[in-house]
Amino acid sequence: MTVSETTMNQPVQPVQPIQAVPMLSVRGLQKIYKVPGGDVEAVRDLTFDLAEGELVCLVGPSGSGKTTLLKCISGLMEQTSGTVELNGSKVTGPPKSMAVVFQEYGRSLFPWMTVRANVELPLKNQKVPKAERAALVDAALKSVGLDHVPKSYPWQLSGGMQQRVAIARAVAYRPQVLLMDEPFAAVDAQTRADLEDLIRTIWKQLGVTILFVTHDIDESVYLGERVIVLSSSPTVVQEDLKIDLPAERDQLNTRALPRFMELRSHVYAEIQRAKLGPVTEQITAQRRASLR
Amino acid sequence: MSPLKRIAYFVGLPILLIIVWWALSFGSTNFFVPKPIELAQTLWSTWIGDRFFDDVLPSLGRLAVGLFFAIALGIVLGLLIGSTRWLRNLLEPLLEFFRAIPPPVLVPLLMLLIGINDGMKVAVIISGAIWPVLLNTVEGVRAVDSVLNDSCRSYGIAGFARIRYFVLPAVTPQIMAGVRQSLSIGLILMVISEMFASSSGLGFTIVQFQRNFAIPEMWSGIVVLGLIGLGLALIFQFVERRVLHWYHGLKEITHDS
Ligand SMILES: Nc1ncnc2c1ncn2[C@@H]1O[C@H](COP(=O)(O)OP(=O)(O)OP(=O)(O)O)[C@@H](O)[C@H]1O
Ligand SMILES: [Mg+2]
Repeated sequence: MTVSETTMNQPVQPVQPIQAVPMLSVRGLQKIYKVPGGDVEAVRDLTFDLAEGELVCLVGPSGSGKTTLLKCISGLMEQTSGTVELNGSKVTGPPKSMAVVFQEYGRSLFPWMTVRANVELPLKNQKVPKAERAALVDAALKSVGLDHVPKSYPWQLSGGMQQRVAIARAVAYRPQVLLMDEPFAAVDAQTRADLEDLIRTIWKQLGVTILFVTHDIDESVYLGERVIVLSSSPTVVQEDLKIDLPAERDQLNTRALPRFMELRSHVYAEIQRAKLGPVTEQITAQRRASLR
Repeated sequence: MSPLKRIAYFVGLPILLIIVWWALSFGSTNFFVPKPIELAQTLWSTWIGDRFFDDVLPSLGRLAVGLFFAIALGIVLGLLIGSTRWLRNLLEPLLEFFRAIPPPVLVPLLMLLIGINDGMKVAVIISGAIWPVLLNTVEGVRAVDSVLNDSCRSYGIAGFARIRYFVLPAVTPQIMAGVRQSLSIGLILMVISEMFASSSGLGFTIVQFQRNFAIPEMWSGIVVLGLIGLGLALIFQFVERRVLHWYHGLKEITHDS
C-alpha cells in the first residue's frame, strides 16, 4: 500500500464524461516518429475531452510524449492516427482560435522586436484595426504586469519576464484554447509561484480553456481543476482526476490544505506507477474500485 | 569609448606607418619606391579634376549598381531557394559549381555576350559578388529557429508576413556576413572588369600608368582603391550597427551570463 492510499479519507473522483460538444476533444491519438533507427511510438492511445472554460493540467514523466501531444493538438505536427477536434471541427493545421506558449521562452519571442511589437504581431497579422490592437496589447501587458517595459527587447528581460511576454502575446490574441508546454520549467521558484497565480487570474478573467502541461505534480494540483496523468512512453491516459480544491487558491493556504496533500500524494503515486509503464484500463478500474 | 579615443585608435596606426615609411624612404633614390609627400601631391594632381569625373565616378557608379543587384538578387533568390526544399536540393550542387568559377574568366565570355559596355562590367561584378550573399541567405533560412517557426505557425503568420517579420530579420546576421565579403569581391571585380578592352575607369587608368612607367601615378591609383575600400567598410559598419543592434545586444548578454 502506498502512502496516498492510507491517507486518503475521501475517494478520488474520476471525471464524468462531458455531455455537450466539448471545446477540445482528443480521440485515440497516436504518434509514431519515423526515425532512421526504427519507429518510436511516443504516444500510443490518448483520449480525453476539455469542456469550454476548463483549466486542465497534464502531468507525465519526462519523455512521456507531452510535447508530442501538444504539437498534435495545436496542429503543428500530424498525428499517426486518431483525431483532434476543436469545437467540433477537425484540427488539420494550426487553428486560428488556439494559442501556444512554449517551454523555451528564450526562443519563442522575436529578438529583433520590442516587447510591444512581439505582443502586437499576431494581431497585426490578423489585420486587427490599429486602435483596437493598441488597446488589446496594453491590456495584455498590464495583465501580466509588464506595462512598464514595452520598449525593451526580450533579451533585456529576465527569464520569468520573457515568459510573461509570451503569455501576454497569447492573451492579447484572445484564443478560445490556450496550450502551455511546461512554461515555467526554467524559471526560479518564486517567479514560478507568481506565474502560477497569474495563469489562474488570467483564466478567470478571460474564461479561456487552458491545457497546461507540466512535470511538476504540485503545480498540476495547485493550478488545475482537473489533472490528467499520463503513463510513460508509449503513452496512454493513466488517470483523469478532478481537483476539488476551492476556486480561490493561494500559494500558502491552498498548499497547506489536507486535501491538497492527499491529491498530490495520489498523483505522485500514479506517476510512480506510470514510470513502470502503461497500464490497461482494467487495472485502472480495479485500482479506482479499491480506493472507494 | 569616447569619440576622441575612437578617432585616435582609427588614425593612430596609419599615421605611425606613414611616419615609418617616410623615414625609410627618406634617402631612397629607387624609382619604384614612392615617398609620402610626393605621393600625396601626385594623388591630388592625378585624381582631383577631370579624372575624377571621367574615371573614378563611372567606376564607383558601376560598383554601386553591381553591388546593389548582387545583394538584392542574392537575398531574394536565397530566401526563395532556402525556403523551398526541392528547389534547394535541386540547385545546391549547381550553385557550388558556379561559385567555384573564378569570375575573371567570365569577362571574355560576357564581353561576347553583352558587348563591351557598362552592362558587361556590372555583370562581372554581379557574377562574383552575388555568391556570398546568396549562399549565406540559403544557409540562414535553412537554420531558422524551430521554436520561433512554430510560434509563427501557431499564430497563423504565413506567406509574405512570415518572410517580412520572421525569416528576413532572422537571416540578417548571415546576410550581413555575406555582404561584407561581397563588398571586397565587388571592388576587385570592378578593377578587373576595366582591365580588359576598356578605355576608362579606375582599373584601366592604373594599368595604363603601369604600362607607361608612371610609377607615382600608379601608386596613387592604388591608394584611391584603398580609400574606396575603406569608405565601403565604413558605410557597411554604419548600416550593420543599425540593422543588427538587436543581434549584438543579444550576443553580449548571452556571453555575459
Ligand atoms: N522529432 C522526434 N523524432 C523522433 N523521436 C522523437 C521526436 N520528438 C520526440 N521524440 C521521442 O518521443 C518521446 C516523447 O517525447 P516528448 O518530447 O514529446 O516528451 P515530453 O513528455 O515532452 O518530455 P519532457 O518532459 O522531457 O519535455 C521521447 O521518447 C522522444 O525521444
Ligand atoms: Mg516536452
